[in-house]
Amino acid sequence: MKITDDVPSTLTALDRPNSYIGRSVPRPNLARLTQGRGHYVTDVTLPRMAHVAYVRSPHAHARIVRIDTTAAKKMPGVIAAVTGPELAKVITPWVGVLTHLKGLKSAPQSAIAIDRACWQGEAVCAVVARTRAEAEDACALVQVDYEELPTVTDPETALDAATHVIHADLGDNLCFERSLDVGTVDAAFAGSDAVVETTFVFGRHTGVTNEPRAIVADWNPGEQRLTVYHGTQAPHMMQNLFAKHLGLEESQVRVLTKDVGGSFGIKVHTYADEMAVVALSKLLKRPVKFVADRIESFVTDIHARDHRVKAKIGVMNDGTITAFEIDDLTGIGPYSVYPRTSGIEANQIVNLTGGPYACPNYRAHTRVVFQNKNVMCQYRAVGHPIACAVTEGLVELAAAKIGMDPLDIRRKNLIADNAYPTGSASGLKFEALSHHASLDKLVKMMDHDALRAEQTALRHKGIYRGIGFASFIEVTNPSAAFYGVGGAKISAQDGCTIKLDAQGAIVCHTGVTEQGQGAEAVIAQVAASAFGVAIERVRVITGDTDNTPYGGGTWASRAAGIGGEAAWQAGKALRQNVLAVAGSILQAKPETLDIRDSQVVDAGTGKERIGLDEVARIAYFRPDTLPPGFQAELMATRHYVPRAFPFSFTNGIQASYLEVDTDSGFVKLLKHWCVEDCGTVINPQLVDEQVRGGVVQGIGAALYEQCVYDERGQMLNGNMADYLVPMASEMPDIQCGHVVSPTADSELGAKGAGEAGTAGAPACVMNAINDALRPLGAAPLTDMPFTPGKILRALGRVS
Amino acid sequence: MKPAPFGYAKARSLDEAIGLLGQQPDGVKLLAGGQSLIATLNMRLSEPRLLVDINGLHELSGIRLDNDHLVIGAMTRQVEIERSADIARHAPLLAKALPHIAHPAIRNRGTIGGSIAFADPAAELPACLTALSAEIEIAGPSGKRTVRADDFFKGLFETALGPQDVLTAIRIPTALADHRCGFDEFARRLGDYAIVGLAATARANGAGLKDVRLAYFGVGATPVRASRAEVALAAGDLDKAVASLSGDIDPQDDVQENAAVKQHLAGVLLRRVAKQMTEARS
Amino acid sequence: MSSLQCDITLTVNGETIRETVEARKTLVDFLRDDLGLTGSHVGCEHGFCGACTVRLNGVIVRGCLTLAVQCDGAKVETIEGLSDTGECADLQTAFETRNALQCGFCTPGMLLTAQELLASDRVPSREAIREHLSGNYCRCTGYHAIVDAVEAVAKARAGSGT
Repeated sequence: MKITDDVPSTLTALDRPNSYIGRSVPRPNLARLTQGRGHYVTDVTLPRMAHVAYVRSPHAHARIVRIDTTAAKKMPGVIAAVTGPELAKVITPWVGVLTHLKGLKSAPQSAIAIDRACWQGEAVCAVVARTRAEAEDACALVQVDYEELPTVTDPETALDAATHVIHADLGDNLCFERSLDVGTVDAAFAGSDAVVETTFVFGRHTGVTNEPRAIVADWNPGEQRLTVYHGTQAPHMMQNLFAKHLGLEESQVRVLTKDVGGSFGIKVHTYADEMAVVALSKLLKRPVKFVADRIESFVTDIHARDHRVKAKIGVMNDGTITAFEIDDLTGIGPYSVYPRTSGIEANQIVNLTGGPYACPNYRAHTRVVFQNKNVMCQYRAVGHPIACAVTEGLVELAAAKIGMDPLDIRRKNLIADNAYPTGSASGLKFEALSHHASLDKLVKMMDHDALRAEQTALRHKGIYRGIGFASFIEVTNPSAAFYGVGGAKISAQDGCTIKLDAQGAIVCHTGVTEQGQGAEAVIAQVAASAFGVAIERVRVITGDTDNTPYGGGTWASRAAGIGGEAAWQAGKALRQNVLAVAGSILQAKPETLDIRDSQVVDAGTGKERIGLDEVARIAYFRPDTLPPGFQAELMATRHYVPRAFPFSFTNGIQASYLEVDTDSGFVKLLKHWCVEDCGTVINPQLVDEQVRGGVVQGIGAALYEQCVYDERGQMLNGNMADYLVPMASEMPDIQCGHVVSPTADSELGAKGAGEAGTAGAPACVMNAINDALRPLGAAPLTDMPFTPGKILRALGRVS
Repeated sequence: MKPAPFGYAKARSLDEAIGLLGQQPDGVKLLAGGQSLIATLNMRLSEPRLLVDINGLHELSGIRLDNDHLVIGAMTRQVEIERSADIARHAPLLAKALPHIAHPAIRNRGTIGGSIAFADPAAELPACLTALSAEIEIAGPSGKRTVRADDFFKGLFETALGPQDVLTAIRIPTALADHRCGFDEFARRLGDYAIVGLAATARANGAGLKDVRLAYFGVGATPVRASRAEVALAAGDLDKAVASLSGDIDPQDDVQENAAVKQHLAGVLLRRVAKQMTEARS
Repeated sequence: MSSLQCDITLTVNGETIRETVEARKTLVDFLRDDLGLTGSHVGCEHGFCGACTVRLNGVIVRGCLTLAVQCDGAKVETIEGLSDTGECADLQTAFETRNALQCGFCTPGMLLTAQELLASDRVPSREAIREHLSGNYCRCTGYHAIVDAVEAVAKARAGSGT
């Protein structure tokens, strides 16, 4: 099997002997998973463990008049039936706001609805029983009387005076609003040779992690301690929140995260039904397990996207882009999700639109409104797929309008590769990007001219193929600017502790977590390289708030860039500590020594002096033989947080080649390419697979995925037959390439790569469809997902 | 979700199965392949008191030739039909349709009888049997009877099966030399229930077709015969056949596509399926 | 004659098991909850994701669309069994080397499905691999790496004549 290491070597400080940086090392933890020996939260069982199932509101908005649990409590196996007011005695409510998103407001949310259900699927009563099946049996007997209330579902009318206000105390249904006006937008449009204006619509998505959300909470009254087995991306954040809302010290809460069956941002939020589980465990003094089943996942896992963006671009006949303008509107459900808020996606759209281009004139307005649907919040590539599709959709429409090649208009306007450091009109700061180098590489990889020739030839035969592009930028390695400055206790820094064991191997404890991205492999590669051992001599421990340094976890493409740098620095520090021990044993100056492949060697000659196993033996068991007053320090901890830039931006470009069946409106994806620049590539294979997986999630957005609601707030396709996730048959092969512009903010130089694929894929599939249909005079498609019906209507085949 | 509690009985004979069905008239369901039923049980969309498992009735399984008919036992797994040389030769329409049904693991377990009795309006097999002029053999408390596929599908998930009836076999006239068939469907993803699909048979008539049978699925409560289009197609007028579909089928909006799109796609399918049949060589 | 609870005897990964099960219990819940075979996963419970794929009497089935009580007298094999016998060790290694799994939740089902394909089609095309795996949902990989791994094993097996 060929593994392509398509990475130019630009390594310097990282270029240590036997370095693993830049190598496609297989992940060390995979055999466990291929053999079915993983340990997911859904697999956890504990003595006396009970299962909870929830009675959920069938109404999008209703007053809870009365709940009668009498019959349910009599059912065999039932331990308790608990309503919102009863549980509120154990756990306090929360409000999802951040102070740096000025004006963002929300209402208090409880673990179980108190007197009102605000979306279809909100839990109104918990039933705890010996088995999940028995809990469900009893749920069926809980009598709930509802009084239906007016529902708010359409964001377009949510702010109208005649519309019911969901939370009366807030005064209106506006959660957040932001405006930006930079440069001279009106003058720029007035002076443009052409202006293109259209409206983009993005479907409401959900993550559909293969393992649903799962949590086991174990309150031990004897220890006065809560242990939570939780499929989460941010164990320390959850430790803080569980403690805060149960009235405990953080030291009384331990969060353990073992294998997680997919996350994608779904598992980085506070879910009411999960908060209820920790409260139920405290209330009932025994372990309680909750696994969301697929049906309840669809109406409770956060949703995302669902934006309507009116957008406008101005362009000169030579291709110069003169201005961008957007007006964005989104409905985020009845509550801003805690603690990251539901204003971030809209905020990112304002920040990111137009971002790849050197265009000084930009106006943006966004409104985030409350409605009676499931909550929306951050999901993989937050805001990026929307900003990218708006920007790249406008750019290709503008190119078509002035008769310019879509690559030429990009060459004309993309920020020059030698212009850095620079920024965007919206105020983003770019350290070093490579839009033009990436575009050049993509053109070669896809054999662009041959593909265009094939496209033209096939058109003569009535076969309509399209080629679409999307240049993109991606926010990675967030500093405290993302959440910390807004008051949320979400760590921006991460730590790594590395210790030498008694046989000369090392153990890394890291604050970042593993949900399949390969964070453990990356930490192992970095630590092995920094310290000087084979990767087989490294063990990585993640996901345990008792045993890892305080950290943020894995989200926003931060694990490799931030967690990796902490591991690099810790590895270097431990090397110095161990060389101090070796120097004292060998009567040599530590700076003349190095560690290579588990041997202490002369740095200059590479001559082996003493093995790490022997150093460890002496340090741990015969310290009496070391010089008086010398203390071996065989554990080192380092922390890291980006400081020079609020975010480490990456960039790249994608291309899609597809065929539209103009009779049926069906789209066949033929091939997909992505060139991206995430700085130093620690593991090319892992980066490529992040890109590929992300691309397919983006294709899901473009063609398939959408939570369909009716006007009464009922989700109509909340199952896997009707909510269409991408499956193997319809997906294309995806070719990846890299350009490397390391960040100087860290020694490692690594930026994130987890969201690039998802950011760009919807835009380039959209552009490819429009490219295919342009010769037929079809109206441009800008309303995702692009179903056969929408394509047929654009072609005028169906009215 | 987990199913609501139910009892389970494994029938040792057809008569026993029929007897068990009579014990609790409202709350009994037959368990064949279970690939639709168990999903509905898991979601508590169906809460029977008793399941009567007929997977042990080997006499209901298998494919055999009976003079000019192919007889497929109701409990024959879909994978067996997909791989059967007899099916490929004598009922090639089924061989064309089978790969579109769900996925390999489902076809390993799902049965032809289960699919017919469940009668999902978007399923492939009911339409195929309609196109094939199949007969459905039924055993009940008052003995055996045979119902033509055209008469079997009564309404949405509703068939000619009575509460104590067991579907035992399907009889299909074997394909003659002039037999032509075509199958196609539009599904967003391989194995999904179709937005709209078409199973068709005809006999060659020179360069044209006669005895055309067009059975659409996904466009109504049952498989829907497009009788005006059948006539037009037999008359060699494909355009008229497509145009007359508006009088033959009346699809409804669903969560995937609206009625107009389905109506249009039905026409596209007709052209493609007609092409399959006219281009086929015996 | 009928009962909410039934006694069943079956072999699971070669071991004879006798248990009393609720009639309503699915095969995958029985394997996971009663036998501790947690390698088979529950992803959707309505037959769409394929995470619960196990072998029943030699063919792959959905563990969520089969009742445990139906498996009286049957032979059931799970990823744990295949791992212990080494039957698909080459596929497992290929998945690991090619990073054809990320979170790993779909992987046992994916492996059993791929193993069945390679038993009937020695060197399937990439398209045929994609078709055969079309009922197994993976949110992480985008499928490309999985197709690569299965294709590589197919070629290796064909080349070595096994």
